[in-house]
Amino acid sequence: MAQVSLRKLVKAYEGGVQAVKGIDLEIADHEFVVLVGPSGCGKSTTLRMIAGLEEITSGDIAIGGTLVNDIPPRDRDIAMVFQNYALYPHMSVFDNMAFGLTLRKFPKAEIKRRVDEAARILDIGMLLDRKPKALSGGQRQRVAMGRAIVRDPKVFLFDEPLSNLDAKLRVQMRTEIKKVHQTVKTTTVYVTHDQIEAMTLADRVVVMNHGVIEQVGAPQELYHHPATRFVAGFIGSPAMNFSPARLEGDAHALRVVLPNGTALPVPSHRAARYAPFVGRPILVGLRPEHLTDKKPTDKRNIADFPAIPEVIEPMGMETLVHFWMDGHEISARLDPTCPVSVGVPIVLAADMDQMHIIDPATDKVL
Amino acid sequence: MSATIAKSASIYSRAGSLASERRWALWIAYISLIFAAVIFLAPPVYMFMTSLKTSAEIANMTGSPWGVTSPTLDNYQVLLTNATFLRFFLNSAIITVCVVVITMVISILAAFALARMRFWGSQFLATGVFLTYLVPDTLLFIPLYQIVGGLGLLNSIWGLILVYPTLTVPFCTWIMIGYFASIPKELDEAALIDGATWPQMLIKIFIPVAMPGIIAATIFAFTVSWAAFVYPTAFVTTPENMPLTIGVVSQLVRADTYAWGQIMAGALLAALPPVILYAFLMDYYIAGLTAGATKG
Repeated sequence: MAQVSLRKLVKAYEGGVQAVKGIDLEIADHEFVVLVGPSGCGKSTTLRMIAGLEEITSGDIAIGGTLVNDIPPRDRDIAMVFQNYALYPHMSVFDNMAFGLTLRKFPKAEIKRRVDEAARILDIGMLLDRKPKALSGGQRQRVAMGRAIVRDPKVFLFDEPLSNLDAKLRVQMRTEIKKVHQTVKTTTVYVTHDQIEAMTLADRVVVMNHGVIEQVGAPQELYHHPATRFVAGFIGSPAMNFSPARLEGDAHALRVVLPNGTALPVPSHRAARYAPFVGRPILVGLRPEHLTDKKPTDKRNIADFPAIPEVIEPMGMETLVHFWMDGHEISARLDPTCPVSVGVPIVLAADMDQMHIIDPATDKVL
Repeated sequence: MSATIAKSASIYSRAGSLASERRWALWIAYISLIFAAVIFLAPPVYMFMTSLKTSAEIANMTGSPWGVTSPTLDNYQVLLTNATFLRFFLNSAIITVCVVVITMVISILAAFALARMRFWGSQFLATGVFLTYLVPDTLLFIPLYQIVGGLGLLNSIWGLILVYPTLTVPFCTWIMIGYFASIPKELDEAALIDGATWPQMLIKIFIPVAMPGIIAATIFAFTVSWAAFVYPTAFVTTPENMPLTIGVVSQLVRADTYAWGQIMAGALLAALPPVILYAFLMDYYIAGLTAGATKG
């Protein structure tokens, strides 16, 4: 078990392209940290530098307080689970899991004890004699995790381990991974581009974009208090609605005026914060779940939001309604029992306590 | 309703046309394959028929050359009881085993380094290795004669063991580079993290996983070495050092007298080891040669 420290970590490739631009991150012992971001944001490169599979251009990586910059992967006491499982195809499941221990010359009895224990945790005891080609995708992923668990390393590294699985299995394996972490409690760094995976698994989520860390925080913190426009748009599905707007009024009665003339009153407790931006162009952000059908018993700080539905997506537990406002697509989440038809105007309820205002000059959430 | 019927009819006619196209494609394929099989099998069949004839029957021009009136195994018996012929066989076997071992050791190590260890100039070297294969042995044998002569290995099987790898190593390295490159990179990364050193990774992961490629390369090295003709003709002069390929020709043709029956029997016996090898390992051979093309 160990903490992981990244200090001013840089990875630059030939030609001057910087994949990682000087990031700092402290990962505590036992913590499950997820690096999330779009393709090319530097998350996998960061993970591979922690593993020792990529050389560091500058900066430091420490595992358990020991600087590992120049230590080869085999001596870092880490275990990694790959997207394509990377199981040795000529070996049985048992041999795959035992390979690392055999190389480290563990006694046979100890190897067997550890493999059996990992197989029990992952429920793959009956597969130990099979070759990887005789396993399903989910079983292969379990074996790959088993190979990591038997080593009892200081740190687990996961590189998009669920990307090759179908949607149903992905949800199932997500739960398995969380269960395994709760059992073994090994410090874990997990890379994914799937923000739902990040939110459901992580103690803390690290959102990366263009080689820098945009924000680090607990899943709920990122969801409710995004620091930048990127984080606000990346976390949450469907994505947050954005629209250009203008702040009008004074500190006592501030309102957000949308391009179509709709005026949304700003809650009084936020007025002082936004007052310096009166008269300046801003970006207003509101999640689809905070733009809903009106309920008579609603006690939220709501504002009327007129809309004409253009696309309706019944999802069963909810209905998604999409409409366009001045060229910007806006989505709303409605109760499935709410009567709604394409082209028929409705008045939605915008939860103004959940509204975010972004300074377009800096892309920071105010 | 009528529109639906018309649509269905058009689907059936298209399906019919597809079946007809497939039938024609199969006919063309079968005719081409039969033609190719006849072309390639005619010489060995003719050789086999001739090897069963007596010298008198071979010399008799009246009957069909494809038939045998009084088959005999005398030609095979003479060869298999002839110590010189067995010496040729032994020489070929020693040369081939040594060349295959040398070739595979060099090729596997070179291909592993070129395919997996990133170092300056590795791409250039890989291309260079393949280009050397394109130089024909008829161009190389004169300078190689000088080198082998300088080492005092002329008229010796060890001279042949030294020069054959110049033919086999480049192609086998090229096959192995393709095969190693088709193995997912994550496999060696997993092995590195599991604690393997580079040699352990090669022995415990790459060689077992790349076995089809290694077998393909082994078959190639075996065939080239077993069937080589130019180098032994140039470098070996005495019967006790000759391999089968030139031994059969040089010892069974005396002045203008050709022992055709024995020549054909000898050639067929000489062709047996590669045929047996191919028959058992054909699937691996094809998998090895096509690895780079199908696995990306």
